[in-house]
Amino acid sequence: MSDLSGSSRTDIKSQSSMFKTSLALRHFRGRVFYGVCLAGSLVGILLLIVLMNDIRQDGFEYFSRHFFTNYPSRKPEIAGFRGAIMGTLWVMTIVAATAFPIGVGAALYLEEYAKKNRLTSLIQTNISNLAGVPSIVFGILGLQLFVRGTIGYGPAICIGESCGFGRSVMSGALTLTLLILPVVIVASQEAIKSVPPSIREASYGVGATRWQTVSSHVLPQAMPGIMTGMILALSRAIGETAPIIMIGALTFVAFSPETPLDPFTAMPIQVLNWVSRPQAEFHDLAATGIVVLLITLLTMNTLAVVLRIKLGRESAR
Amino acid sequence: MSIEVNPLERRYRQNFRSNIGGHLIGAILFLCAGVTVVTTVGIVAILLIEGLSFFTEVSAFEFFTGTKWTPLFTSKGFGVLPLVSGTLLIGIGAALVALPLGTLTAIYLSEYASSRVRSILKPSVEVLSGIPTVVYGYFALTFITPFIKDYIWPDAGPYMAMSAIIVVGIMIVPIIASISDDALRAVPKELREAAYGVGANRLEVTTRVVFPGALSGIVASYILAISRAIGETMAVTVAAGARPNLTANPFEAVQTMTAYIVSVSLGDTPHGTIEFKTIFAVGLTLFFMTLVMNLISARITRRFREVYD
Repeated sequence: MSDLSGSSRTDIKSQSSMFKTSLALRHFRGRVFYGVCLAGSLVGILLLIVLMNDIRQDGFEYFSRHFFTNYPSRKPEIAGFRGAIMGTLWVMTIVAATAFPIGVGAALYLEEYAKKNRLTSLIQTNISNLAGVPSIVFGILGLQLFVRGTIGYGPAICIGESCGFGRSVMSGALTLTLLILPVVIVASQEAIKSVPPSIREASYGVGATRWQTVSSHVLPQAMPGIMTGMILALSRAIGETAPIIMIGALTFVAFSPETPLDPFTAMPIQVLNWVSRPQAEFHDLAATGIVVLLITLLTMNTLAVVLRIKLGRESAR
Repeated sequence: MSIEVNPLERRYRQNFRSNIGGHLIGAILFLCAGVTVVTTVGIVAILLIEGLSFFTEVSAFEFFTGTKWTPLFTSKGFGVLPLVSGTLLIGIGAALVALPLGTLTAIYLSEYASSRVRSILKPSVEVLSGIPTVVYGYFALTFITPFIKDYIWPDAGPYMAMSAIIVVGIMIVPIIASISDDALRAVPKELREAAYGVGANRLEVTTRVVFPGALSGIVASYILAISRAIGETMAVTVAAGARPNLTANPFEAVQTMTAYIVSVSLGDTPHGTIEFKTIFAVGLTLFFMTLVMNLISARITRRFREVYD
């Protein structure tokens, strides 16, 4: 009996000494872990700063009026970005004009019209899967469906001699539309979901039909959120390179497109073209193009944030 | 969210003709949603039709086990393994960069950062995913590759897998950080408080309580991020080179499946030839690799999510 209590006393003693040493160790480990987490979360930011600095250093040598008014050239001093800027403007206008109605329409269907059945959940699952498909695969789709007007089997869709839209602004824009559609739909759905049900009930209560309710109450309320999502989706489309390379946006285009069926280049494609040349001068031109591209993206993202804050305040009033 | 149709509208609906406009609008909106289904069907159909026509000329066995990928040369080799190994080298390498960084960022954001720090840090990290990938390619080629050549691996050529690995890794950090942060924050406060109550410090609470509780979300974010790395195109096209290369050495030039597809479409290979059809076979392989990973990720999120109440 005494023996047992004796041994348990030494146990407690040894344990308490163990706790003392390990408490300091635990504090130490805790501090190290904090440091590692902080450092780990700063690595990305640090690299972002290095990247921006790298581009700032190289990106202003050719940054002049000529850069915006000239077309690409074999001579770096007179090479410009005009074709790329015009091409991107053309493509983005069509993308906005097609992705907005289709995206919002699909979101309205899923949120306001669709019955909760298997078809609806199939469409929903399909949208989230589509968002994970690599962009180059969309490029393959665009190359067949829009450029050549066929899926590879059966007849092609032809008007006279020409089949599909060819390697044109239209093909590029429609490919990008399909690419950003999942993003637009999900963002619009979120915005529509956040409209309180009481607004719908009030509208039905005075005898409005479903479409009247949706078009004059739900949509206006959801519009700020939809627009924010739309701008963010478009800013993703502007930077996309792989799908429009696939559909054959030319990398050397010394003209601006005049109709949607003209060939074109776009800002990221022109940057790629300059990056892939061995001479350092062209790398600096690429950096200048990147500066223009990043300024465009920054402007759009700022617009999205401002829109969210401003219109968010209004609807809270 | 579906709103129960009010009785008045229901009566109108019974008279179809009075509500023909409503039906028309419903049908138009349904067609809009249908565009996404048609897109998927289109992708699968095109890849299968052209891909299968490729496999009538080249046996699937040769394609999936061959180690020589030279479809554009006179002595043709149609073994996709060098492209797959290039893709996996970059995918796994990028994961080794992004998994630790993304996880640490998520833990810092959810467990340590004050709400002020968080409101600055989180958007800044997300900027990384908003930068066009061709910009990352430029950065890898003109900054990281020369840096590696000067200080780490002087024998390297102008193209190497390593600099692509680094930028692709950085590019997918926000995916892991953002999704894992959500998963960590979904673990209820009570669990943390209970652990603090028995004397655990923040490291112990994080690694033994919060992290295991959020594991399914974190793993899902890993798989999603790796799938994104595998599908990444422009940075690897610019920085990693254009040489199909069966190697595990990250300082050599390699070609990924995506970069191969781009190189064919930039060249002047005529449509309908067996050379051109390779892009559909490679695209099909790529599509199924990423699809399987995305489905696993979605299933993990659904199936193993710890439901707290």
